[in-house]
Amino acid sequence: MIRQDFGLRVDPKRRSNLSAKQRQWGEPEWQQQDYAHRLNFYTVPPTADISLEEFEEWAIARLKVLSELESCAFRNRSPEETATYMAPILEKHLPLHSNSSRSSTLQGERKKDHFSHFILRLAFSSTEDLRKRYARLETQLFRLRYKDDDTRERQAFIDSCDDLKWEKVGDEEKRELSQELKDATPGGLGPGRRFEDESWFKVDWERVPELVESRRVFLKRGMAYVPSREQSSLVVAEFTRRLDQALELTARAIPRLDEDDRLTPILHHLSQSFTAPDTAYSTADALPGTLQPHAANIDSLSQHFPLCMSHLHKTLRQNSHLKHFGRLQYTLFLKGLGLSLEDCIIFWRKSFRLITDEKFAKEYRYNIRHSYGDVGGDANRRGRGYTPYSCQKLLTEALPGPGQAHGCPYRTFSPDNLIPLLQGMGVQDQSVLKGVREDVGKQRYHIACNRVFEYAHKKEIKRAKDDFGWGIAELDTISHPNTYFKRSFMLKHLGEEVPKGEKMDTD
Amino acid sequence: MPHAISPEPTTEPSDAVLPDAPASDAPSDPADMSGDDTAAPVLGAAESDKENRLEDMFDTDSDDDEFSSSAAKAEPSTTKPAQSGKFSDPGIMKAFYQRLFPYRQLFQWLNHSPVPTIDFKHREFAFTLSNDAYIRYESFASADLLRKQCIELLPSRFEIGPVYSTNPRERKTLRKKSAFRPLAKELVFDIDMTDYDEIRTCCTGAQICPKCWSFITMAVKVVDVALRDDFGFKHILWVYSGRRGAHAWVCDRRAREMDDQKRRSVAGYLELLKGGDGRGKKVNIKRPLHPHLQRSLKILRAHFQTDILAEQNPWEEDEKAAHLLDLLPDKALTAALRKKWDSAPHRASTSKWADIDALAATGVADKLDATQLKEAKQDILLEYTYPRLDAEVSKKLNHLLKSPFCVHPGTGRVCVPIDVAKVEDFDPFEVPTVTQLLDQIDEWDKEHVKAEEGEAENDEAGGAGKEQEKEKKLQDWEKTNLRPYVEYFRSFVNELLKDEKTAKREREEGGDPMEF
Repeated sequence: MIRQDFGLRVDPKRRSNLSAKQRQWGEPEWQQQDYAHRLNFYTVPPTADISLEEFEEWAIARLKVLSELESCAFRNRSPEETATYMAPILEKHLPLHSNSSRSSTLQGERKKDHFSHFILRLAFSSTEDLRKRYARLETQLFRLRYKDDDTRERQAFIDSCDDLKWEKVGDEEKRELSQELKDATPGGLGPGRRFEDESWFKVDWERVPELVESRRVFLKRGMAYVPSREQSSLVVAEFTRRLDQALELTARAIPRLDEDDRLTPILHHLSQSFTAPDTAYSTADALPGTLQPHAANIDSLSQHFPLCMSHLHKTLRQNSHLKHFGRLQYTLFLKGLGLSLEDCIIFWRKSFRLITDEKFAKEYRYNIRHSYGDVGGDANRRGRGYTPYSCQKLLTEALPGPGQAHGCPYRTFSPDNLIPLLQGMGVQDQSVLKGVREDVGKQRYHIACNRVFEYAHKKEIKRAKDDFGWGIAELDTISHPNTYFKRSFMLKHLGEEVPKGEKMDTD
Repeated sequence: MPHAISPEPTTEPSDAVLPDAPASDAPSDPADMSGDDTAAPVLGAAESDKENRLEDMFDTDSDDDEFSSSAAKAEPSTTKPAQSGKFSDPGIMKAFYQRLFPYRQLFQWLNHSPVPTIDFKHREFAFTLSNDAYIRYESFASADLLRKQCIELLPSRFEIGPVYSTNPRERKTLRKKSAFRPLAKELVFDIDMTDYDEIRTCCTGAQICPKCWSFITMAVKVVDVALRDDFGFKHILWVYSGRRGAHAWVCDRRAREMDDQKRRSVAGYLELLKGGDGRGKKVNIKRPLHPHLQRSLKILRAHFQTDILAEQNPWEEDEKAAHLLDLLPDKALTAALRKKWDSAPHRASTSKWADIDALAATGVADKLDATQLKEAKQDILLEYTYPRLDAEVSKKLNHLLKSPFCVHPGTGRVCVPIDVAKVEDFDPFEVPTVTQLLDQIDEWDKEHVKAEEGEAENDEAGGAGKEQEKEKKLQDWEKTNLRPYVEYFRSFVNELLKDEKTAKREREEGGDPMEF
């Protein structure tokens, strides 16, 4: 088994009591772990023996659960939807029953959960990126389980952790602040609940940053008054904090991992298969030969742009200016189109009509070159700048502020402004617009976008299927603005071939 | 510009110690000085120095936007370069950095102790030169060295970044990249008038007038009270940004040591207006209102009638009034209002605002209930008054922000601190420009030379007493209108230092007091 120095040994001195000869075969005496609670903060590493097969199987099972969780986040599922979607998956791969279920496999389930967590910790502690992702997904998983845990058992679990004890707000203070406390509770106290029955905790606000950010707690002089039902947020925050710390430690300990060459390949393999579903878009293989973007034909190409980009394009033409994040998003998209750096600079220079050459060179040129990886740090140049933003990226970023136009319009526009925008693009079909409205209401922004795409290319898609043998692979759900463009462009130019070596203007 | 070539400042050696520096404060370590020399930046290297991630550059970009819109606006382009060139004239800048900039106070502010500590020595400074080259990762062992560098480079402005785990100048010599990471920086806020462009009617872009300055006043009040009462911060420095905005520096230790997530949550707590131009209604808040919003509403309501309805008159134009109608809930009510306003074009906003209640009372909209209308009106009030923060600035620990007491290159005004107790009285047009200040020094000197000469003639016997008085020489800033601002800053810094000192003593003493 993996030895971690920071683990809890029953008798750390026992080893030295053994003679050197015995030491090698001496049975290490580990604390027998008993899993009293369903939830686990994973503070104590596992110590029992498991077989290599179990090692790999359990890890893969957990991995499956985590990647399904991640895909829920990508699909923008609400917490409730995620819970329903995940229930059968969890049951299949990583069941974890409550004490009240009296299942005979209870200890086994918890052991598997415990071990698999620590195995993946080993696999995903090597880089900052992996660590972050792992911590995020584990937190989600924890939150999911925390929510559907039995209330009493959950309380028992919380009481068993020393760090989770917080100062209660006294009766007198509660009465004094009653109005504020009520007002700071979103949606009120809930039906049938009396203020007198509720209780609040008082903690430093730094411990509940999520609640502060969304104004779900009352703040006074640096203290946050957390309603008892928001306790979950505190527990989850604590879980994340500990996990982050532990991952950091693991990362530092891993080079000294005391092991033969049986585990490393497995761990390596695990972290390899944990790469994100590839929404990245590579320019090299993707572009059709008929596409020859240059600074002058962006206007005509813009008919193929998805809403996010055509909105930026329109805003740019209207104001002769775009704010920083809009410029970034649009520049990267153009880069993904295959527009060369030189042409891109010309494009922006011409678009910013109201600005002097000197000002443009001073304030904007550098950023464009930076996006293309022409300047900047070593890493940036080697990586050829940034990759064009995917839908996922656009959908998870902060909403634009006043005067900004970036992001995904399906998300950033209110439905009443979105519909006219779509009508302006030529989407008149009421059923499509209704569908979009529904999708947006359910926060399925990319579905709405795909719906519009299918409507706008109805004829071409049919032709492509019938005459050109396009299959499901070619017509998969679009999850990248550049894919949208590419497919739209190819559909409109079905069957066109460019003679080699001949330059040709699109449209 | 006559004062620029007044002989006194130019003859002063540029590497002289601070005029008011006590002897002990002067750098005794020669290594400090040589280290400074080797690191003196080459202008050509400025670009390669920009090897930072795009987020870092966002700062320059957003700040540049501050000037950018000015150029794009109607100002005749022929006068423009001369205008901006006037204040960044090297002679003026040199005199400013030699005679006026309060290095000592700035040093104490950042250093939190009389002797140079890591807080100052590992602090990043970034200079923007007059040719717009941008030099990052500068740091200084003492206030004198900062002064020396300023006089040498004559930056049009400089920015202050975080305290790093190692000296920023030595970051390239480190073997591991992770050894160079930001540790602490004041929590900062940036309020800029550009974000108000869609609701202000008096000016656009870079221009401001006393009318629209009230937006900033409102913002300062709301943010300041929230930071103090809710988050418990005590040391909040507000600084005029030199043209049309304000910065806040929250200097409490607790604030300085916050990580990005905490910064983000403070920014999120204070941020209310979300959504770009396509969003329509920008304020979408649930009821009951959070205590912070209730308090803000109370503060802002007082300004709404006068500063917004009367002065800004935001809904006089039909187009703008249409936006107001969009924000109201009931169809029947909006239809009635539209009819009424169409028949009387250019009706003042105050009347229009009153019309809403008046018409609702007549019962045109029977389905509309009173709370719904009240809430909609609250939302509108907030949309037109609530602070619009440039939240990105606050969210990152490693974001740079322009230092107080820099000169704004466009207006020539000094970025002076704003006394938040008197924020109502702060008038950006009264803030002295660098040229005015230099004139004031000359004037003062002239007067006093004259007076002294006169006195000397009068009583030749009392020479000894005069000698002593002369020794207590005034600082140059004390001769000018900059004086009250520097003094306010000094008292702010003293308060901060007092807190730091007690906190430090508590930390050091710990549980068992030392016996002496």
